Amino acid sequence: MKFSQLHNNKKAQVVLGLCFGIVFGFLLQKGGATSYDVIMGQLMLTDFTVLKIMASAVAVGLVGFFLLNHAGYAQRHVKAGTIGSNVVGGLIFGLGFGLLGYCPGTVAGAVGQGALDALFGGFGGLLIGVGIFARFYPSLNRTVLAYGKIQKETVHELLGLPEWLVVLAGCIGIVAFLYLLEVAGF
Amino acid sequence: MVMFLLCIHKEYQNETVFREKPRVSSEDIMNGFLALPLWSPYLVGVCIGLLVCFALVLSDRPIGCSTGFVKIRGLAEQIFCGKQVQEKEYYQKFPPAVDWQLMILPGIIIGAFLSSSLSGTFGLFLVPPLWADQFGSSAALRILAAVAGGILLGIGARWAGGCTSGHGISGSLQLSVGSILSAACFFVGGIAMAMILFGVPL
Repeated sequence: MKFSQLHNNKKAQVVLGLCFGIVFGFLLQKGGATSYDVIMGQLMLTDFTVLKIMASAVAVGLVGFFLLNHAGYAQRHVKAGTIGSNVVGGLIFGLGFGLLGYCPGTVAGAVGQGALDALFGGFGGLLIGVGIFARFYPSLNRTVLAYGKIQKETVHELLGLPEWLVVLAGCIGIVAFLYLLEVAGF
Repeated sequence: MVMFLLCIHKEYQNETVFREKPRVSSEDIMNGFLALPLWSPYLVGVCIGLLVCFALVLSDRPIGCSTGFVKIRGLAEQIFCGKQVQEKEYYQKFPPAVDWQLMILPGIIIGAFLSSSLSGTFGLFLVPPLWADQFGSSAALRILAAVAGGILLGIGARWAGGCTSGHGISGSLQLSVGSILSAACFFVGGIAMAMILFGVPL
């Protein structure tokens, strides 16, 4: 693994975490994704800014990660999914996402642009929520989180296709989808 | 022959320098660009995709935000309840510490503050305009809803093992089946809640 010395340097990683956060927050704000109205517009399917940002990030990242992974510069970080964890947790997350109007990253960005509902409500609620989860984690982990294990970790394993083909098809599919979205006037 | 080419090259350089003089300097362009209130979502997305790649190379981590809240919560519990907090099963998995995952949160706050300050769009407010249109300008109601939403978001993010950035972007681009499934559920749940609150758009 290249850069493993840097990965193990805890002090450097603290600084890097802050730097990645600064660039990420800057980009999210410039994209409009830290605004309640834009996020709710996405969930009401009237403003597709959030999806456009996410889809183009995934399209670029698909190719970038594929190349870096094969050149030995980046490792795959994929957890085995379960229905109990990914679907149930995802739906709970979604309800909170719609009620708060921010997600854990954009709530921090919203605080940075002056949203006090994100600071008092969002941060406060999130810290309570993760505490509740940590409290019940031992029993959840033995029951619902382990329910319905997904046997294949990655899409190419699931489809039984070569990785490069899935990356290429995914990238082309996203670009085509975004093009159609623009043509449809969103 | 080489001298001849060099002469032409030098002249060409002189000429370009001369021609560039009346133009706006690149610094002005950068200031103007950074001061724009909004960039194209595609440009922002492309940059975020590259950023996630950089994070995987330099930090061997996908960019995710919800783990940071676990770290803050763990540190806060430690202050009030002492070191035995570390024995909790969940905090053994995610030890409370000021590390990469925690630092990304203050980073995002600073980044968004810089961006909004440069464009002059920074401003303190309690009730977002869209919420006020639907539910009125009561700050108490908005905060109550935001706290409730935040609690569900916190439970859901840790239940699913990631958030919009961890699963939705970083996980999806690594072709993780669980992440793509989670991301789809984030939007299914989110759209359902938005329709409950604001009605079905016609």
